Amino acid sequence: MSATAAGPGLPARNARAFALKDVPRMSAAAFRAWLIEGCEAGGRIAAWFAYAGGGSREMLAVLAMDDESLLEIAAVSVGDSFESITPVCPQAQAFERELHEQWGIEPRGHPWLKPLRFPRKAGAPEIGRADFYRIEGSEIHEVAVGPVHAGVIEPGHFRFQCHGEQVLHLEISLGYQHRGVERALNATPPGSPRWLAVAETLAGDTTVGHAMAACQLLEALSGREPPGRAMALRGIALELERLANHIGDLGALANDVGFLPTASFCGRLRGDALNLTAELCGNRFGRGLVRPGGVAHDLDRELCDAMIARLDALERDTNGACELLWTTPSAMARFEETGRLSREEGERLGLVGVAARACGIGRDTRRNFPSGIHRFEQIPVCTWDSGDVFARAYLRAAEAKRSFAFLREQLNALPAGSPRIACPPPSAGMAAVSLIEGWRGEICHVGLVGEGGRLLGYKVVDPSFHNWLGLALALRGEAISDFPLCNKSFNLSYCGHDL
Amino acid sequence: MSAAAILHLLIAFALAPLMTGVANRVKAGFAGRTGAPVLQPYYDLARLLRKGAVYSTTTTWVFRLGPCLGVAGAAAALVVAPWGGGRATLAFDGDLLFFAAALALARFGTILAALDTGSAFEGMGASREATFAALAEPSLLVGLLALARASGELSLSGIYHALTPGHLAAPGGVAVLLVAAAFGIVFLAENARLPVDDPNTHLELTMIHEAMALDHGGPDLALIHYGAALKFWALGTLVAGFVAPVHDGAWTALAAILGGMFLLSVAVGVAESVMARLRLAKVPNFLAAAFALSVLALLLSAHAKGGS
Repeated sequence: MSATAAGPGLPARNARAFALKDVPRMSAAAFRAWLIEGCEAGGRIAAWFAYAGGGSREMLAVLAMDDESLLEIAAVSVGDSFESITPVCPQAQAFERELHEQWGIEPRGHPWLKPLRFPRKAGAPEIGRADFYRIEGSEIHEVAVGPVHAGVIEPGHFRFQCHGEQVLHLEISLGYQHRGVERALNATPPGSPRWLAVAETLAGDTTVGHAMAACQLLEALSGREPPGRAMALRGIALELERLANHIGDLGALANDVGFLPTASFCGRLRGDALNLTAELCGNRFGRGLVRPGGVAHDLDRELCDAMIARLDALERDTNGACELLWTTPSAMARFEETGRLSREEGERLGLVGVAARACGIGRDTRRNFPSGIHRFEQIPVCTWDSGDVFARAYLRAAEAKRSFAFLREQLNALPAGSPRIACPPPSAGMAAVSLIEGWRGEICHVGLVGEGGRLLGYKVVDPSFHNWLGLALALRGEAISDFPLCNKSFNLSYCGHDL
Repeated sequence: MSAAAILHLLIAFALAPLMTGVANRVKAGFAGRTGAPVLQPYYDLARLLRKGAVYSTTTTWVFRLGPCLGVAGAAAALVVAPWGGGRATLAFDGDLLFFAAALALARFGTILAALDTGSAFEGMGASREATFAALAEPSLLVGLLALARASGELSLSGIYHALTPGHLAAPGGVAVLLVAAAFGIVFLAENARLPVDDPNTHLELTMIHEAMALDHGGPDLALIHYGAALKFWALGTLVAGFVAPVHDGAWTALAAILGGMFLLSVAVGVAESVMARLRLAKVPNFLAAAFALSVLALLLSAHAKGGS
């Protein structure tokens, strides 16, 4: 165990509540040192946010020590500013910008203190009006893409500084999808139908992931554990969501290089995976399935068998479509060595999910911070070390294989019992961190309960929040014509980032 | 000027858009879809012609001239394009240079119109088009030179008339085959097909030809599409002429070239269905291969002449 793991932060586990008063209140200097040393010791910032606690304003951070399966939590009372840690610890950059934007707390010395989401406030800059980084020179040209794109995708603005076809710098400016969902979660009674509906829309393609993180948090806060059958059904829904998205991404990657067969196959197969989720709960994206205390829909034996038969066909076709892609030299020539990120860069940026595992970082919440079904049924972690588009594509296919095996196993032996128990309201004065490995990466929800069971603070960190800068850096020195391919290989969420 | 020669031209003007429809239908078949009707390009043209056009305030008359030049250039090239062994509508010594120049004029118009918008996308598209055209054009000219040398003719019609199955089997025939391969590459590059460009993509950053048409709408866009179809036909005749060297008469030559064009469209559809697009930075290598083939053909044809 490293020096800091035993250090001053409060040790905590995923989806286990702790008393808010037990969180150590540090001095500003000690908090800063704790974060920096924690990151140097192999930890990473899973969440860092402010809340109005007991008359004063406090910042609370969650450090995730992946190797020790341990979370560390500390808080600090904060005034108008603090000394930025971004210069020594780049993964903090977005968190500090968020603190500045949401709470007006200035991270002194932040090298890139630009708006993150452009919330509508008096005196705030209009969306998209940022002081973009510019490279001067008669041979340099600037390309602005978005927020309205050619395809039916989410809005975001990309500013390229190019020398001919080569990208020298890419700046990504988001915020167009800022809906105030995090604020809505804070203002709505936790666990109420409306609250759950909002939690499910945090990122539309990760409905199950976010709903699981939110419900797991509520259960931890009220000291309940869902029954085994519910855990298995949630696990099934989560892996189906992963399958649908991974297969869809593989098809989209093939489409971006103009390789039609895999693109067409995967477009259909993604629909098949979504339809399996619909069998489970009546909604292709898993809405209305995960509820506090368990799941709202059950499976019977007959349906399980039918789903297994459909999974077999889906797996066979998916493997076929992937094989076709891997064995086509013209497609592989596009994937290999495009949009590279090194392992060191990935670690410095605190990447999560597929993007992290594709540069060799064995980071997977299902293994590092197992909760629910994953405490009993492990899914092996896949990694690849080349950090390019190929790695991110190949990893998706490898993870899909693991998901198929897990799904078959679970559908064959669903634990008996009720799929849902009652979940009382959260207890006052408690807090918890809930981590779920969504298909994109680690989803982190943190909830703090104040008096009367009302939320004192509720923080959502979507994997995209960590990874967008990774995409920007992967583009350095690449051809601008390869941007769509790189972008698709990360496939980050705009609304998950903008909240 | 024979009736058949005039008919050639009218047929080309009428059938050119059909070729894209055929290629798209083949691609849809590979993808397991029914696909759009083969006549879809005509419906699209009719739809666009009925629309109005919106012009950006930054554009000038150059922007409106571009699509017209595009159609005019491609149509002028068609006038001298050979019909297998049959005579073109016009044939004169040196018309091979006229052919290349007419296509260059069409490109010049499109590029100027793209630059006139001041858009970053169009600028990138124009820059790519100019770069790749500069690499493809020498292959075309050197290839034509090789053919002219091998056949002793200086007009496209004459050159292709001299191409007989027997000629292909003769010692100099290798040169002709090399030129055919080079023209195949030039054909794909100039017509913005895979593996050089992806006609189906919606991603502006990866586009070449399509990027230059982003700001055009309505009748202007229809002209651009139609110009592209004519260019497909004009360059297609150069490739199909190798496949269908028929000299029995104007009417058989006509049937042969129509069959050749149809096969060429199917081949384009098949090629686009089974391979991915090249990385943009590798496109010059692909075009350099065409140039190398043309130069080799020129050397070989000279040798064949000198040796015999």
